[in-house]
Amino acid sequence: MKGTVKMTRSAKIITLLLILFCLVWTVPTAGILITSFRDSDAAASSGWWTAFGNLKDFTLKNYDEVLGGQRFTVGTAGGGTAARRGASMGSAFLSSITVTLPAVIIPIFIAAAAAYAFAWMSFPGRRILFAMVIALLVVPLQISLIPILRDYQKIGLNGTYLGIWLAHTGFGLPLATYILFNYISTIPRSILESAFIDGANHFTMFVRLIVPLSVPALASFAIFQFIWVWNDLLVALVFLSGGGQMMEVVTVRLMNMAGTRGSDWHLLTAGAFVSMILPLTVFLSLQKYFVKGLLAGSVKG
Amino acid sequence: MQIQRDQERKELVVRTVVFTPFSIIVMVGGFLLLRNNPMSQILTTLFAIVWGTFSVLALFYSMNLIVQLFPTRKYNKIIPFVFVGPAILIIGWYLLIPTVRSLVLSFMNRNSTAFAGLENYKYIFTDSTMRTAFGNTVLWLLFGTAFAVFFGLLTALMAERSAIEKLGKTLVFLPMGISMVGAGVIWKFMYAYKPVGANQTGLLNALVVAFGGEPKSWLGTAPMNNFFLIIIFVWLQTGFSLVVLAAALKGVSEEIKEAARIDGAKEFTVLMKIVLPSIYGSIVTVSTTIMLAALKSFDIVYSMTNGLYGTEVLASQQYKQMFKFLDYGRGSAIAIIILLAVSPVIYYNLKEFNKREVF
Repeated sequence: MKGTVKMTRSAKIITLLLILFCLVWTVPTAGILITSFRDSDAAASSGWWTAFGNLKDFTLKNYDEVLGGQRFTVGTAGGGTAARRGASMGSAFLSSITVTLPAVIIPIFIAAAAAYAFAWMSFPGRRILFAMVIALLVVPLQISLIPILRDYQKIGLNGTYLGIWLAHTGFGLPLATYILFNYISTIPRSILESAFIDGANHFTMFVRLIVPLSVPALASFAIFQFIWVWNDLLVALVFLSGGGQMMEVVTVRLMNMAGTRGSDWHLLTAGAFVSMILPLTVFLSLQKYFVKGLLAGSVKG
Repeated sequence: MQIQRDQERKELVVRTVVFTPFSIIVMVGGFLLLRNNPMSQILTTLFAIVWGTFSVLALFYSMNLIVQLFPTRKYNKIIPFVFVGPAILIIGWYLLIPTVRSLVLSFMNRNSTAFAGLENYKYIFTDSTMRTAFGNTVLWLLFGTAFAVFFGLLTALMAERSAIEKLGKTLVFLPMGISMVGAGVIWKFMYAYKPVGANQTGLLNALVVAFGGEPKSWLGTAPMNNFFLIIIFVWLQTGFSLVVLAAALKGVSEEIKEAARIDGAKEFTVLMKIVLPSIYGSIVTVSTTIMLAALKSFDIVYSMTNGLYGTEVLASQQYKQMFKFLDYGRGSAIAIIILLAVSPVIYYNLKEFNKREVF
């Protein structure tokens, strides 16, 4: 139907309607993208849809301010003034990377090992333990915040990166185990059996066979967890707030900007875009894996 | 043969004795080091990735070595617990035990020093802000879910029949990659309000003015502001519903549809009588998932209105009770209510699991 053969009239109308729908869906994002490149006066006094009438109003200054921190002058002890820069999206960006990458990588092997055991070993309690994983898939993580925060305060993990990695690991494990179990249990039995005949133990099996064979499922979970952790606000607010401004992640930083600089649209839009750029890139380039992860079980707490 | 086996065993013992303490030192040392945040962010990240990967693999490796010291029959009995152990312990600490602890806390006073009976639950069901939160959460569940599923289905059906299937799907799906806070900023800008006479910078008010209306403060007037917040949620979730339903539509048999058309059925009849019933299961799954998301979503309300102007929902109230008012009793009680609300889904998932042959 597509391309070579002529489209029917109804297909044309539907295509037109879909284009219209997509336009409505995309316009809000386009608005902030355009505004983020506009001069502060222009952004405050006219709509972004008029921006292309005045091309000289476009600027990169907003990104400079947002990434490097806003410039302001403070009085020094000697009576003079000094230029300082405030909290920046740049450091929040680094902080988000620091939070996200280990929080994606640490749960993967733990979940893969558990999934391997659930799929290919028989042991007492297997059924009930897996039922526990299933039940906890949709438990709202709100339920854990207070108890875990108390534990963290006791063992000094509050406001540390280590604490938030472990928290995201804990909250992500049921989904990871579930996705990986679904995949690992479909590996043909004959492959595993021949390896055992060759005298492999379970650890070598796991590292040499299970992990390499499960790469597609591992990737699905990794992408899903990456976008989830990067975009998370709640867990970061609860477990990272004790760590001070330098540890703020992009979502928290952006929320604070929206609170304190709520009407500086040229800065707020640039900040929003900085916070979105990485997950959107990952999302667009690895969409296939993300969709798979999503279809496998998007019911995370 | 015997000599070779002894040799192998000696090697195993040596490896265990050398490697196990080494990996414990690296694990604990890394933990203590990272706890004190001594390094710059980039170094911390790199160190954490190497440490995390190494620790997890070393843990399984050394435990496997230790268990290998036992005879084969014992090895086969113990080894499954080595592999599920870490995951179960972590899930237990972070999700299972907290559920019980929150339940206990919900019957205690604000700083958990004394038993409070049903006080917190009484508050939840009688306080006026809480009543608003309950009402709004119902609005979110109903309208958020209905619109996201409807638009998802609509776009999935259109995409299938259009010339821009892939591009269209990607554009509608794109907001799934955006955080709720980011989406909040995007839409706050859409809703931006300036007094009459000034140049409107928010698209919605500009359109209203262009058609001769008066600009409005969309987020400031209850109860309509709830719907303007729900629009953001719908905008984010429609892509999810589109992707799942489009996948389901691909599975509907072409032959049955064709047969119905030959019998003279109109396109709309085919849709209602054949297509929708065959993807019914997927529609239920999508609706459930989006409902769960609506129930737990706190970010949009928290970053857009902070719960002011009558926009509070359960999840935002829960956060406020815990971290603004430091009332752990009430915070836990709301968390328990949210848990009760999702429990039918837990029950359903377990029932489905019980049907599975693998177990």
